[in-house]
Amino acid sequence: MGAARPSGAGTRRTRQRNHTLWFWTFVGPFVAGLTLFTYVPLAWSVYLSFFDAHNTVSPTEFTGLGNYTAMLGDGAFRSSLVTFAVFTAFIVPTTYVLALGLALAVNRLRAGRAFFRSVFFLPAACSYVVAAMIWKLSVFNGVRFGLANTVLGWFGAEPVAWLSATDPPWYWLVIVTVRLWLQTGFYMLLFLAGLQRVPVRLYEAAALDGARPGWQTFRHITFPALRATSVAVVLLLVVNAFQAFDEFYNLLSGTRGYPPYARPPLVYLYYTALGQGQDLGLGSAGAVILALVILVVTVVQARWTGLGRTEE
Amino acid sequence: MPISRRQLMAAGAGLAAAGGLPTACGSDTGRADGGSGPRLSQWYHQYGEPGTRQAVERYAAAYRKARVRVEWRPGNYDQQTAAALLGSSGPDVFEVNGPTIEQIQGGQVADLTELIKDVKDDFHPAVLAPKTYEGRVWGIPQLVDTQLLYYRKSLLRAAGLRPPATLDALIDAARELTTKRAKGLFLGNDGGASALAGTPLYAAGLSLVTPGGTVGFDEPAAARTLGKLHRLYADKSLLLGAPTDWANPAAFAQGLTAMQWCGLWALPQIAKALGDDFGVLPFPPDGPAGRPAVPVGAWTAAVSARGGHREAAEAFVRWLWIERTDLQKDFALSYGFHIPARASLAATADRLRQGAAAEAVRFTEEHGFAQPLLWTAASQTAYLDALNRVIKEGADPGAQLRAVVRTAGAELRRVQKRR
Repeated sequence: MGAARPSGAGTRRTRQRNHTLWFWTFVGPFVAGLTLFTYVPLAWSVYLSFFDAHNTVSPTEFTGLGNYTAMLGDGAFRSSLVTFAVFTAFIVPTTYVLALGLALAVNRLRAGRAFFRSVFFLPAACSYVVAAMIWKLSVFNGVRFGLANTVLGWFGAEPVAWLSATDPPWYWLVIVTVRLWLQTGFYMLLFLAGLQRVPVRLYEAAALDGARPGWQTFRHITFPALRATSVAVVLLLVVNAFQAFDEFYNLLSGTRGYPPYARPPLVYLYYTALGQGQDLGLGSAGAVILALVILVVTVVQARWTGLGRTEE
Repeated sequence: MPISRRQLMAAGAGLAAAGGLPTACGSDTGRADGGSGPRLSQWYHQYGEPGTRQAVERYAAAYRKARVRVEWRPGNYDQQTAAALLGSSGPDVFEVNGPTIEQIQGGQVADLTELIKDVKDDFHPAVLAPKTYEGRVWGIPQLVDTQLLYYRKSLLRAAGLRPPATLDALIDAARELTTKRAKGLFLGNDGGASALAGTPLYAAGLSLVTPGGTVGFDEPAAARTLGKLHRLYADKSLLLGAPTDWANPAAFAQGLTAMQWCGLWALPQIAKALGDDFGVLPFPPDGPAGRPAVPVGAWTAAVSARGGHREAAEAFVRWLWIERTDLQKDFALSYGFHIPARASLAATADRLRQGAAAEAVRFTEEHGFAQPLLWTAASQTAYLDALNRVIKEGADPGAQLRAVVRTAGAELRRVQKRR
């Protein structure tokens, strides 16, 4: 016994060392990549935002908060933030309801569930750029032979210049439909996974207690049971909405610029500072402001909905 | 016959090798049989016309004093070069729409005054001006591009119209040429802001930046002219939402519009589609001080100041864009349709001496203006925002322009304060 104990501790230590070794073998490359390609540029960007960094990433002229006051004093940047707050307030609930509705419908299917799940998920595999081009060039092009205008033509309506019309702002229809088409399937999948984790005994107990299937069961059993999934979905949707770039840029940008409406903050930064303008200090300040907005929204939301709180 | 795993792997490796060999050769054509000496990298944006890429690779291979590798870069080229110039791993020689004032002031591009000094007068002065800063030249124009108003002669004749000679006449003509099946005028899918940019200001006798370096449109005439552009939109005379944008002649060639603002580069395609049923015009003048306006721009050869082989790069630029006039002419005229940057070459080009092409060359000489060097990206964004709101929302041009004057004024003071 006396001899066995130290040897047992030795095995434990070896095992512990092995554990540590394997931990770093698997996690190390990921952490190194994350540090090198995410955290270092992030920190550098914050550093740049306090300098006059025209066409350089190693600036020398410290300007304090000058870039921040300039960015916040820029009406166009402020208006893009407001536009995207409104866009978020619309697109998040819409996607949420649609994705949840699809998940519930697919989950009820007896036959062909895998087929419909795949069909609805498939658009998520399409690139934002490709989808934007299809929407712009064939579905919603403004001439009489575009798909949407052909349909309008059957009812004798005039062709609509979907992406060019500002009154009424039809371009939102194009933007919102392409985004819904692209992302609803993905969130549907998250909800489906959530639905399959709801214990069947809950439904059985509810049925015994006389709960009617349908709305009552959904309201009191399914919806509360999906809370963890819902919180994650809303969080992802909000972050996605504020980081919008791809489909907006590809739908609305012209040869020399982007119109002053439906302009995501990132697109504005790209044109004024981070693209050809190369005012990297100002652009970084804008990016930091945007990151702070996302951070605040996320923290408030996490507090409010109890993100990460263990269930029960 | 069952295939073993080993056979499959061998076949796969063979395929990969067979596939790999031609690609390896293909990507290296730039220095296939090139000379000795340092290795230079030369960047071009993606020209749409077939044959251009092969041509520039041929030029590079013909150079003996360095091994020049051509990189053909699709996508947002200006942004790519701007980012590449931040470090030392970028191109040694590159073509650029600028160089921008920030690139010059930031010491990112080399001073090429010595290269061009003997032949400077041969270059189009309007094109060379934005490449010149404080008397020094920072880029060698490779070719001249210009934009014009194309119109269908037959459609104007059928409507009893003459080619519009003033902005008011253009607006009326666009309205009268609009039918159920075709619109009168195509200025781009955004209604014209991005295609026209500063052109209407020059047509009003103004400019973006004065020779003294101040805002050139802080006058009532600017608001008057820009305000008229809203009428085109309000009359529903503009083609909007076409599958291709203004830089592509498809909408005009397919008869979706009777007139279109487009580039000289589109002239061969338009001639092929419409024969001689088209004409070209400068942007028509407006107001008492008005004058016709034709924007000119130039892809320009620049040398990175941070590359490892600056002298060799300058020698290559001198060889290709100063000495080898035969290659310059081939580059401008054999593939796309451009005007050679040098007057002596433009004068010998037969393709530019007849019909609409000859008219276009004459317009660039008489009415050509280039975007000033001091006009920065921030000024341009502010101006295009304002123009967009004026055209499409009917916003008050005076108020919109006052905001632009503030932004552009601050930008002009900023770039002139440094150094």
